[in-house]
Amino acid sequence: MLKATLAQFQQGHRTIQFPKTEPTMPDRFRGRPVIEREKCPVECRDCADACPTDAIVIENQDLRLDLGRCLFCTDCVEACPEQAIRYTQEFRLAANRREDLVMTGQAVELAKALENRTRRLFGRSLKLRQVSAGGCNGCESGVNVLNTIVFDLGRFGIQFVASPRHADGLLITGPVTENMKSALKDTYDAVPSPKIVIAVGACAIAGGPYINHPEVHNGANSVVPVDLYVPGCPPHPLTILDGLLRLLGKLSR
Amino acid sequence: MSTALSTHTSNGERIAFQSLSPFSMDDFRNDIIEGVRSGARIAALFGQQSQDECGVRLYAVLADGNAGTLSLSSTDVAEKYPSLTPECPQAHWFEREIAEQCGVIPQAHPWLKPIRFHSPTLPGVTNFFQIAGEEIHEVAVGPVHAGVIEPGHFRFQCHGEEVLHLEIALGYQHRGVERALIGGPNKRTIHYMETLAGDTTIGHATAYCQAVEALVNCQVPARAQALRGVALELERLANHAGDLGALAGDVGYLPTASYCGRIRGDFLNMTALLCGSRFGRGFIRPGGIGFDVDDARVEQLLERMEQALHDVTMAANLLWSTSSVRARFENAGTVSRKICNDLGLVGPVARACGVERDVRQEFPFGIYRFFQVPVSTFQMGDVFARAYVRWLEIQRSVNFIRDQLKTLPPGSIRAETKSLAANAVVVSLVEGWRGEICHVAITDEQGKFSRYKIVDPSFHNWMGLAVAMRDQQISDFPLCNKSFNLSYCGHDL
Repeated sequence: MLKATLAQFQQGHRTIQFPKTEPTMPDRFRGRPVIEREKCPVECRDCADACPTDAIVIENQDLRLDLGRCLFCTDCVEACPEQAIRYTQEFRLAANRREDLVMTGQAVELAKALENRTRRLFGRSLKLRQVSAGGCNGCESGVNVLNTIVFDLGRFGIQFVASPRHADGLLITGPVTENMKSALKDTYDAVPSPKIVIAVGACAIAGGPYINHPEVHNGANSVVPVDLYVPGCPPHPLTILDGLLRLLGKLSR
Repeated sequence: MSTALSTHTSNGERIAFQSLSPFSMDDFRNDIIEGVRSGARIAALFGQQSQDECGVRLYAVLADGNAGTLSLSSTDVAEKYPSLTPECPQAHWFEREIAEQCGVIPQAHPWLKPIRFHSPTLPGVTNFFQIAGEEIHEVAVGPVHAGVIEPGHFRFQCHGEEVLHLEIALGYQHRGVERALIGGPNKRTIHYMETLAGDTTIGHATAYCQAVEALVNCQVPARAQALRGVALELERLANHAGDLGALAGDVGYLPTASYCGRIRGDFLNMTALLCGSRFGRGFIRPGGIGFDVDDARVEQLLERMEQALHDVTMAANLLWSTSSVRARFENAGTVSRKICNDLGLVGPVARACGVERDVRQEFPFGIYRFFQVPVSTFQMGDVFARAYVRWLEIQRSVNFIRDQLKTLPPGSIRAETKSLAANAVVVSLVEGWRGEICHVAITDEQGKFSRYKIVDPSFHNWMGLAVAMRDQQISDFPLCNKSFNLSYCGHDL
């Protein structure tokens, strides 16, 4: 007991101050990508060709980057002959609508709060059931750490519960494998209405690296309606937390 | 002894496909059965449809840790063959996979059914082993669990609180990886490898890159090898520290649970310092690594490492000195050394049974050919032993990383990789944090993968968990499960 108390003093207080203070991301962190189109040579499509998930599409000189498909890998950066692509430190990426994740310019339409009635219901207490439907344990780990003392999800009134019957919504990871589709649907049906669905990670948004495999369904919205999309492969825990807080209207910026 | 027939190879060595002349079925079986009897282990056993679609070629990779030798053998099967499992239990899961993937029947297999299931049959929809009796009851758990974990189905046969038998049904995470790898490598291949098991990004990516590097015959620069080792040990540190915390949480000991939950993040953030991703995405690339480090970064890593070691030491020692924790850890989920060897278990699970089994020592690869990490073992085979082995490994991984970072060789970090050799085979082994990762790549005339076999350590160890639960309290299942901490997606592929 004495040792445990001593350890408590030495380990110290470790909860980050987010969202009150801006967190410091690792300098090599790959957040929202920026493409400087003015640097692009005419007819060049090296980035689109290198992209493993076809997140970059170039049509008639227009470039679209789909953050929902993006693995935030370095393939396009390495392929670009003009160093026109770079990743920023911007970890805020979550959006309400699938189409909001498709960047044509540099801005992303970040998620807005739930409409008033649902927000009144969930704003101060949101219970979620997590379902992994083919996730590689990257996104699951990113979600799990929100429960650690570093992020301390409980202070925002958000909690993961053991049963869908006790939940206000689902947090889904993975591309939704054929083998998990019916279990996911059953779990969704077991959550009492009104309910929300959060899709975390490239797989749950669009299928990730497994996009168009016959064994998967290219994401959560193939089975259930989705209210929040959190891009990344896997997303940084702060990206997920930021998305959740936006959805609950706890962030203004 | 018939092992003289099989083709000897070493970890990450390219051999010509022609040198693998198929055996008769009798010789193939004898080779495996005798090999395993004399101390080798099945690292991989898999089938490949022949090109004319009539018949299947079976391949076996035997790993003899004591001799440090790997051997490859093969045979052709039309529709059925006499199962190896009755004489060699560690073939059990592999033969079920062969039957499911290739449609050949291992005759007299004691429990022949799919391991992943395919539409229209869903996983878990199957006849489970049942025990009859008035007071026997059945408990079904999953695929959707209470915690934030991956899906799997567990079917317990219980007498009161006592578990008589546990059968595990997997396959929910099946994404068709091995099918998609055929015809590669292509621009998605490395990303499949990094997401085979997201918590083992470095381990699987290293195994893949070693296979590719053997096939293109390129020399990975020494600096890249050293930094790959650093990343692999960081992955081990993060997961082992997280597991100690989760084990503490499962017995309700919250101090270590909360400290280790955070310390795991500290290790992940060190990987992020290397490459921007907490899981090491983008770090391991064919030919070397994707990111270099400068002196300032090395300094920062060393500094953070000291702090994390200090914190994890304190958190772990609380476990060993708390009697309520030891009471739950000791004698729970015991696996005997004999069962461990019969089933061919790997990783910390095997080392907790006193078996010195570690790819880094037995089949050294990369930097481990020059710098050794002592094998950490413990004798008891229970939850305590599995926890304690993790703690020993944490200390040794920290020492290894320190040594590497202080003596980083200069030079480039990536060699050029050209096209793959045609008609070649390579076996690539890596000691991931869960145990032995085995990749076997076979190329066709164009130098494309005609078969790419992946064996995650979980593939060997799921059966170990089922056996560990026998005669245990069902309430100890979460604890036992966490002490194995196996991958669902790494198994389901």
